[in-house]
Amino acid sequence: MVENKKLIYRYLSEISDPEIPVINIVEMGVVRDVLFHGSKLEIKLTPTYSGCPAMDMIHQLVEEKLHSKGYNSVEVTLVYKPAWTTDWMSDETKQKLARYGIAPPLGKVASKKTLLNNEHVSCPQCGSKNTEMKSMFGSTACKALYVCKKCLEPFDYFKCI
Amino acid sequence: MDKSDLFKFCLRLGDSCLIMAHRQSEMCSKGPFLEEDIAQTNLGLDLLGQAEALLIYAAKLEDKGRTADDLVYKRPERDFYNFMLTEQPNTDFAFAVVRQYIMALYLDKVYETLSNVDDETLSGIALKALKEISYHKSHLGMWVTRLGDGTHESHERVQTAFNELWMFLGELYEEDELDIKMQHAGFAISGDEMKSYLFSEISSCLTKATLSIPESIYMTTGSKKGIHTEYLGYLLTEMQYLQRAYPDANW
Repeated sequence: MVENKKLIYRYLSEISDPEIPVINIVEMGVVRDVLFHGSKLEIKLTPTYSGCPAMDMIHQLVEEKLHSKGYNSVEVTLVYKPAWTTDWMSDETKQKLARYGIAPPLGKVASKKTLLNNEHVSCPQCGSKNTEMKSMFGSTACKALYVCKKCLEPFDYFKCI
Repeated sequence: MDKSDLFKFCLRLGDSCLIMAHRQSEMCSKGPFLEEDIAQTNLGLDLLGQAEALLIYAAKLEDKGRTADDLVYKRPERDFYNFMLTEQPNTDFAFAVVRQYIMALYLDKVYETLSNVDDETLSGIALKALKEISYHKSHLGMWVTRLGDGTHESHERVQTAFNELWMFLGELYEEDELDIKMQHAGFAISGDEMKSYLFSEISSCLTKATLSIPESIYMTTGSKKGIHTEYLGYLLTEMQYLQRAYPDANW
């Protein structure tokens, strides 16, 4: 087996997030580590939210992908520490989210304050800052529902967590 | 730290999250409007995730071959240790909000304490859950204010919910032998601290919501010994239906 972490990361970055197809699971920060134990490959994943229903699917996709690349013994383990944060998203990833129609998390450093104070979310459609939160919860656990008061389009905001 | 003590501790906390998650799942399609319906189920989802993580860890600590699923589906009512507050039914939206709000306050403090303990797994679960629960606390607190300071009808209903659920508050700060041990190990705060924290949070929220603090009445107790109100049995009958009808069925 070729012990090449970079290569494994490249394979894993071919897996899209099941709920946000424009972002892959590496960009999302879900892949925490890749370890080689002899003939076995261990992939450490961390959930975005404790109850994120996409985790089971990601687990399955990781196994399928690596099996298809010839890695027969793959173990996926779940780690909780450090807790997943939107701070791990690069600016490029955030731009991808915005282009896809999801307003990216605002704060530079996630905290209780940035999680709960998000009044200046820009509309990913028209860019207006004249937006309003409609619901603290959106289509998935990691998002909140907003509406733009300028172009009147509803949109999801990725919570800064 | 004795492994069997830590097992029991995780089981208690996991059970409360699990039963809360189930009650929240029952709110699906019953929210007052679509966005809130989604919010209610999202609250349940977070709690289910927390319950799963805690019960997987509990099963590992117990080390008797039981899995988290076994703990969820194969225990009778008397072997569940969730607070009685968590099993109270969704009488109306106000009841659901008040029950979850009080528990969110409680869990926020519990996770805050656990996020600093010298146990990788438990502190990891707590750090993650803490972010989720602080969001719940803010959302549910908003509802208490909105209902209390809303119409005559909503005010009456949320006040009734506080009055009726008040007797279950005592369990949240009551202490038994295990609690004392956990406090000594730094895994829990004292009952007195928890009580004053809960009362101060709830009273400032109630004042803002133009509601009154329920009169001090008899506080019920028993869930730490597996004693429950009649509602848990019905809840489990539904939650465990498939495993009771088709033992060991899997998907």
